[in-house]
Amino acid sequence: MSDHKSIQAIEDELVEEFALFDSWDDKYEYIIDMGKKLAPLENEHKLDENKVRGCQSTVWLVSDYKDGIISFKADSDAIITKGLVSMLIRVLSNHTPDEIIEADLGFIQKIGMTTHLAQTRANGLLAMVKQMKNFALAYKIKNSMTHG
Amino acid sequence: MIESNTITKGLDVEAIRQQFPALNRQVKGQPLVYFDNAATTQKPQVVIDALVDYYTNFNANVHRGIHTLAEEATALFEASRNAAQQFIHASSREGIIFTRGTTEGINLVAYTWGRKNIKAGDEIIITEMEHHSNIVPWQILCEEKGAVLKMIPQQNGELLLDEFKKLLSSKTKLVSVVHVSNALGTVNPVEEIIKLAHQAGALVMIDGAQSTVHLDIDVQAMDCDFFAFSSHKVYGPTGIGVLYGKKKLLEAMPPFQGGGEMIKEVTLEKTTYADLPYKFEAGTPNIGDAAVLKTALEFVTKIGKEKIRNHENELLAYATEQLVQLPGLRIIGTAANKVSVVSFVIDKVHPQDIGILLDNRGIAVRTGHHCAQPLMQCYGIPGTIRASFAMYNTKEEVDKLIVGLQKALKMLL
Ligand SMILES: Cc1ncc(COP(=O)(O)O)c(C=O)c1O
Repeated sequence: MSDHKSIQAIEDELVEEFALFDSWDDKYEYIIDMGKKLAPLENEHKLDENKVRGCQSTVWLVSDYKDGIISFKADSDAIITKGLVSMLIRVLSNHTPDEIIEADLGFIQKIGMTTHLAQTRANGLLAMVKQMKNFALAYKIKNSMTHG
Repeated sequence: MIESNTITKGLDVEAIRQQFPALNRQVKGQPLVYFDNAATTQKPQVVIDALVDYYTNFNANVHRGIHTLAEEATALFEASRNAAQQFIHASSREGIIFTRGTTEGINLVAYTWGRKNIKAGDEIIITEMEHHSNIVPWQILCEEKGAVLKMIPQQNGELLLDEFKKLLSSKTKLVSVVHVSNALGTVNPVEEIIKLAHQAGALVMIDGAQSTVHLDIDVQAMDCDFFAFSSHKVYGPTGIGVLYGKKKLLEAMPPFQGGGEMIKEVTLEKTTYADLPYKFEAGTPNIGDAAVLKTALEFVTKIGKEKIRNHENELLAYATEQLVQLPGLRIIGTAANKVSVVSFVIDKVHPQDIGILLDNRGIAVRTGHHCAQPLMQCYGIPGTIRASFAMYNTKEEVDKLIVGLQKALKMLL
């Protein structure tokens, strides 16, 4: 078990933060801000093999696994996309494979993202989630093979 | 009282807007500003009513029954063919083939005329500014036949005709060119291209997907061999379009698909094909949408293409003038002869971010590569932001776009 905030607790935090805004302009401003604050990915990671498929803009996602904990790094050429992926990193990074696999990520719907984003963009967001969960699954399987 | 600034050169835009119910929609709590007309136009009430009327009062299969409904449905279907013939000034109704749209029209020519006439070593010429639907069918054909696909280069949105002349040779069998570029708005000099191609002994196909709604089309004066367009970009229903071909060429072409409607007589040994245009219309056609195409074309003709064009050109000039004042904004495609479309990029900003933030203000633009990836590669960009204008757009809407862009840039930069 990781010794810090649970995924659910971070999701709840995000939902509370978004509840402070009454307009989507403000919500977007916040998402853009998160995008700007996300540390850019080193160029060596901006490879085709790290691209997330299903996004209109380019998203690169890399993961690292150390002491049972997964961490994610990502970047995008579009800033709103980068803000969205930054939220996912905040929620999912630094957790165990099981925690990530089981995360229900209800915050995406609660902050209204799925209804507000046009379908193609919502699909892009779901593609990022899927890719992060796939990483978690891969580490879990690898783990069980070395330890099992 | 109608405000004077909504009337340009005799076009009463306010009255026109009232005929398009979709324009009353609110998007994200704001009145819709629809600037994605190059993708598809909104439909006037007469077109919507005609569709309802068709299914309410006339629905039957065509060319088959002797009963009243079948005869009436057939009459509507064929009247629409006549309307399409008039709209593009084709010499005969036999040269008007109903398709699903431009894409199917181009594919029909590639699969029938192309399969029969293209051989190893032959050359097909397209341009750098084609929509994927005027690239991929020829790539498939060339790959299958061992033929070569070449592209006329462009610069700043204009085709380089000197380069075209160098590409032409006795190997050239077909030149297929977009009349108006959906990504740049360029009106290409098709008359000259057709003349040069014919001198070299090649046939010419014109992709009229974008031009048919804005320009006066006369396929006889143009002397193109094939011309394709889509109803949904001319204020008509989706799922129907027209391929025009010169009768002699169409007669010599093998059929596209086999089935009902397209035959004269079928025995197990041999089938003789129906006469034009039915040879190319296998199966039950899209009768309802075809019948209503006439309503859409008549709607446009009644308002007057020239008036519409003047209005759209005025919007295009106004929008271009306003856009270039935004810092870091660059217009992609600055041809002298343009219609309806303005495409642009902004320094340090991804088009998608702009698209999302404009949508948040109820403004619909297209962002991305516009199905013209080779063209985007020429410019070294992943895509553009595109606004495209129709008869119902106004300067006030352009102003909203500019304000939307200013606000978006403030948030993004
Ligand atoms: C220039 C051009 N050609 C072809 C097409 C394809 O038309 P459709 O999708 O109606 O078959 C389009 C539509 O976007 C277009 O803009």
